[in-house]
Amino acid sequence: MTEEKAPNVIATRISSPLASPPQSPTLRIDAAGVYYRELNARLRELVSNGTKRIELHNVYGQRYIGTDLDRPVDIEIFGVPGNDLGAFMDGPRIIVHGNAQDGCGNTMNSGEIIIHGHAGDITGLSARGGKIFVRDDVGYRAGIHMKEYQDKKPVLVIGGTAQDFLGEYMAGGVLIILGLNPSGLSPQEPALNKVNGRSLGEGECPLKQVQGKFIGTGMHGGVIYLRGSVKDFQLGKEVGIAELDEKDRLVLKQLVGEFAQHFSYDAEEILYHKFAKLFPLYLRPYGRLYAY
Amino acid sequence: MKDLRRVSDPYQDDKIIDACSIFGAMDTSGRRFSGEGVIRAIANMHDRGNGLGGGFAIYGLYPEYADFYAFHIMYLSQKGQQETEAFLQANFDITYQEEVPTRPTPRIANPPVVWRYFLEIGRHRPELNSGNSEDDYIVDRVMEINTRLCDSFVFSSGKNMAVFKGVGYPEEIADYFCLEQYTGYLWTAHGRFPTNTPGWWGGAHPFCILDWTVVHNGEISSYGINRRYLEQFGYHCTMQTDTEVVAYAVDLLMRRHNLPLEIVAKILAPPFWSDIERMPLDRQKLMRALRQVYGSLLLNGPFTVIVAHHGEMIGLTDRIRLRPLTVGERGDMLYLSSEESAIRLICSELDRAWIPMGGEPVVGRLKVAVSRSHDPELDSGEGEAWQSPAATYR
Repeated sequence: MTEEKAPNVIATRISSPLASPPQSPTLRIDAAGVYYRELNARLRELVSNGTKRIELHNVYGQRYIGTDLDRPVDIEIFGVPGNDLGAFMDGPRIIVHGNAQDGCGNTMNSGEIIIHGHAGDITGLSARGGKIFVRDDVGYRAGIHMKEYQDKKPVLVIGGTAQDFLGEYMAGGVLIILGLNPSGLSPQEPALNKVNGRSLGEGECPLKQVQGKFIGTGMHGGVIYLRGSVKDFQLGKEVGIAELDEKDRLVLKQLVGEFAQHFSYDAEEILYHKFAKLFPLYLRPYGRLYAY
Repeated sequence: MKDLRRVSDPYQDDKIIDACSIFGAMDTSGRRFSGEGVIRAIANMHDRGNGLGGGFAIYGLYPEYADFYAFHIMYLSQKGQQETEAFLQANFDITYQEEVPTRPTPRIANPPVVWRYFLEIGRHRPELNSGNSEDDYIVDRVMEINTRLCDSFVFSSGKNMAVFKGVGYPEEIADYFCLEQYTGYLWTAHGRFPTNTPGWWGGAHPFCILDWTVVHNGEISSYGINRRYLEQFGYHCTMQTDTEVVAYAVDLLMRRHNLPLEIVAKILAPPFWSDIERMPLDRQKLMRALRQVYGSLLLNGPFTVIVAHHGEMIGLTDRIRLRPLTVGERGDMLYLSSEESAIRLICSELDRAWIPMGGEPVVGRLKVAVSRSHDPELDSGEGEAWQSPAATYR
């Protein structure tokens, strides 16, 4: 593992309006061939020593990056981080320049994960706080069993579309799916330039409707906002569908605004299109499953 | 007995979070390449396995013996070897035989003796007029050795391809069998985390019959039903691992029943009844018929498999994708892997990286037909795609 202070690193950074002040130095770590335990131990040590910005280069599959870090720090990852990125994380912000694998944000408590690419299965599983923004698509079971308590409310915003079982057993938090990016997980589908057969209106973003099925199966808390529409057969039995109210619009405006800032979109264009709101019909859908 | 704690839990965690790792790489132009990259890629997913199984399948491996069935046989005793070699002499013409070269590898303990034989059926074809093909003859003889002869297991039986496998991490198995010295146009690899069955040499992946191989991550809970169904067709499971049924199932469906891959995928991972109800009527009829005729070959439980045979590499997951599969494409190369990081490690710039839907097969096919017989140009391995105007495959 080699490290070097990089004083001129600001010039090479992807600019982000929420980035830390430029005066804090960035620590670069070459992660090539470094075992995940070593890497995470090094991160713990650096963060407890007060390092505020870390760049990880040549990351190839190291698991649990950012796990149990419990204070604000910016970690930028170049490469493909391994499974359970940011698991149990409590405070840091992780930016991935590439795709994430499975289990990203597993049970995270607070902080942010921003992925400039797609993410694999079970993105945001069991998250209990913090925010995850994925520029492109996600795999199966995104947002499975996210939960909330009082002010702890996890957020998962997906720029593209999702495969099956989106929001499965969801117990809390906000899940937003924008249907934006045409370079999706299924390359057979061409980019859609029309919405439900009609041409795009002025200032409207192209929409790729969610094709996934079993959306919200077992859902018993939280909310899913879905840009475009969804057919009944795509929904789990425990989900209702509703129009947005003023409160919903405020939540969307805030979170889509953050998403748009991260990935240089125009939030107005995204919000121009109609959204559907999915909500749980029952608090305890399986309360009597094993009790007679 | 191997001390599992030291092998798979060196940090004394309360829980071992493992899963199998699978990887496949194919040059669809037919160019043969060394396994060095594939070995690095599967080694990158080391933590998914626990050292109780690793293996590789290589296609385009024996061009100098391309017309001969290449048997790889593991012997657990000398008596087994004597019995089996007498059996081979009685049933085949043996063109060449040798012990498979190995090098001492510290972590590989108590390996069986592994030999390879290049065989022709030649004059030994009593059943020819009963409509049986040479391939059928081979399957029957493999089953005979594996079920009746003592301490001998044929774990590879195709032409111009072979399986190397054993107990150890995949990179250790590669080291043991000197796999960096071989080339092929299609490689699959597996790192094992045995769940329900023992970690022994025959139980490592890939599983093979003729030139069909399969590597698998998951558990096939329909194993009992699948196995009994396949027994009616003369396939006998002897390797004590659920994955074995997949190799025999694809041989039955694709070679003997001559079904196209797209149909086979719908047999192994059929759409839900609720999905079938929304299909056009003629499609519904087909899907219902498949589930009625081949219901016993439905693979239940979580799985991701990479199935290969000459000319094709196929990735398939169960219908609700309970195990991962990711795809990378770069020029003529197609990669399938449990994790994208393993692909990027050996090919950082991909034209496309994507994740297929559950139950939908991903297929790599040779762009040019590759002759089974020896072609020196194919051996160059220097990078230029090989084109042949009239070469036939099979």
